[in-house]
Amino acid sequence: MTAVPVRPAPTAPSAPTRPGGSPRERRSSRRRWLLTAALTAVAIAVVFPLYWMVVSALTTGGQSQSSEFYLWPDAPTVGNFTEVFATQPVWRWLGNSMLVATVGTALSVCVSLGAGYALAKYRFRGRGLLYALFLVTIMIPIQVTLVPAFLVVARLGLVDSPWAVILPTLFDVVGIFIARQFMLGVPDALIEAARLDGAGELRTFFRVVLPSCGPLVGVLVILGFMNRWNDFLWPLVVLQGNESLTVPVGLSTLTTNPAFSSPWGAVMAVATVAVVPLLVVFLVFQRTFVQGIASTGIK
Amino acid sequence: MSPHGETLTAAGTAPAGTTTDAVPGDPAGTRTDGPARRRRGRWAPYLFVGPAGLLFLAFSLVPIVIAVALSFQDTATLGEGSWVGADNYRTMLSDPLLRTALLNTVVFTVGTVPTAMAIGLALAVALNRPLPGRGVLRALFFVPMVAAGVVVGVIMSWIFNPDYGVANNALRALGLGGLPWLTSPRTAMVTLVLVVVWTRIGFCMVIYLGALQSIPSELREAAAIDGASRWQRFRRLTVPMLAPTTSILLILNVVFSLQAFDVIYVMTGGGPGFSTTVLIQYVFRSAFADARMGYAAALGLLLVLILLVFTLLRQRATKKAEELL
Repeated sequence: MTAVPVRPAPTAPSAPTRPGGSPRERRSSRRRWLLTAALTAVAIAVVFPLYWMVVSALTTGGQSQSSEFYLWPDAPTVGNFTEVFATQPVWRWLGNSMLVATVGTALSVCVSLGAGYALAKYRFRGRGLLYALFLVTIMIPIQVTLVPAFLVVARLGLVDSPWAVILPTLFDVVGIFIARQFMLGVPDALIEAARLDGAGELRTFFRVVLPSCGPLVGVLVILGFMNRWNDFLWPLVVLQGNESLTVPVGLSTLTTNPAFSSPWGAVMAVATVAVVPLLVVFLVFQRTFVQGIASTGIK
Repeated sequence: MSPHGETLTAAGTAPAGTTTDAVPGDPAGTRTDGPARRRRGRWAPYLFVGPAGLLFLAFSLVPIVIAVALSFQDTATLGEGSWVGADNYRTMLSDPLLRTALLNTVVFTVGTVPTAMAIGLALAVALNRPLPGRGVLRALFFVPMVAAGVVVGVIMSWIFNPDYGVANNALRALGLGGLPWLTSPRTAMVTLVLVVVWTRIGFCMVIYLGALQSIPSELREAAAIDGASRWQRFRRLTVPMLAPTTSILLILNVVFSLQAFDVIYVMTGGGPGFSTTVLIQYVFRSAFADARMGYAAALGLLLVLILLVFTLLRQRATKKAEELL
């Protein structure tokens, strides 16, 4: 990107950028560093709550339950982790969350890819109506359908099983929307050519369309995994036994758990465990991640 | 050569070149094959969209229909209900708690949306310039988006704990008195707004940043050469160019705020008193704490109606913005 010359005063006369070393250039670079410093300060403030989560997880109850101001514990300890892992089925929660997030995402991505392909590349009776109905569900908050959806799941005999969490969230409007948008961009000529070559409908989809959908699948997987890993209200309603909870639901039970004399260390330990996998995914796949979240915005 | 060519060759039908190099919209090929293919592949779209359709039917459409039916019933507990016509809707008109909840919803939305968008825009404009370490900074601002609502809720409840929270400990270390934060009806809403803005600025920043990068830099350079000040350039060039993005972000943020549940549920549960009970909290409360399923369903449909209005507004706004450009 070309640097726009920085203008210190609004009244400054128009002039093209002068070669380096001029007072204006120096002032501009000073301003750039000032801006960076200010932004860094804001960034620290933004990240602080997550830093504080980790610090509190490593602080003993004695120090955290005091009105002393500190930024790093006197005696960092993993005691909170060992205590909460020993007294609560945190491993089970993690396992449940992992199962729900991976299986749910895998199946849901398949559903979204298929639906997106049909809606983008076929003309069929009822397509417009179906797509409109799908899109309307974006607006319906889960609280509205919580009780009825629970009744459906209970009728299917799924309460307290991971499938109670997985099945109702397999239909993902936003995923279908993103898939359709992307598939609209797959050239028709490519599909027609495959058919001309005698490939059947399924073969065309799997051998020709899917291989060109790499970035789409990346976005869908990351978004789907994040939403399932973080999901709270629906699992809260359909999961009941302490052993079958997911991490966010388990975490929410800890704040009021009388078993802990100082629950905050334990809570922060589990919160840390809940966030770290996603943070790692985010740092590794930052571009896809940001793209995915941005694309849910521009629907 | 792209992978498509290879897969087709592997299928043993045609040399790779002819497939991927096909001219877009090759009319001859399409036409000759058309009718035959249509007959052959008639079932295909239904097969592809079928799973989504069935899941939609079972877990969206049926529950919505049940919810509408429930809104005309009086249900003491799960299951059995009696038809009461529009009673639930009539109750809404004279429900003082609903009035409180609507007012709180307005305060929460007006508090969160413009603040998050303004901060997001400021960060985007700043980070659109070549600055040292801007990649890292962008990532840092985005990090809160990754955390679950529940995680945000417990962290913030701890930070704003009036006795041992780091916020009050810091204030006291500076010689200032601590604040009640979430424990007083006067400050709870402000604290919630602060927290939700925190979770939202990264999103606004990313969307604005994308829009800023699509503004040709020649425009800004031309304006600079014409003597426009930095502020003038921002006010007269950047802001108008960003108008479509702003309208989309506005509606999206409103929808996010109207649907914000997890953070509020974990941090205050709608309290103290009803000071942070927004509409969606009230829906949940009516259904699960008060066991008034019918009334909760009616309240939920009111919320859907509000969301629908905003979505239609957004569509009109985007259309208008497109016409202007």
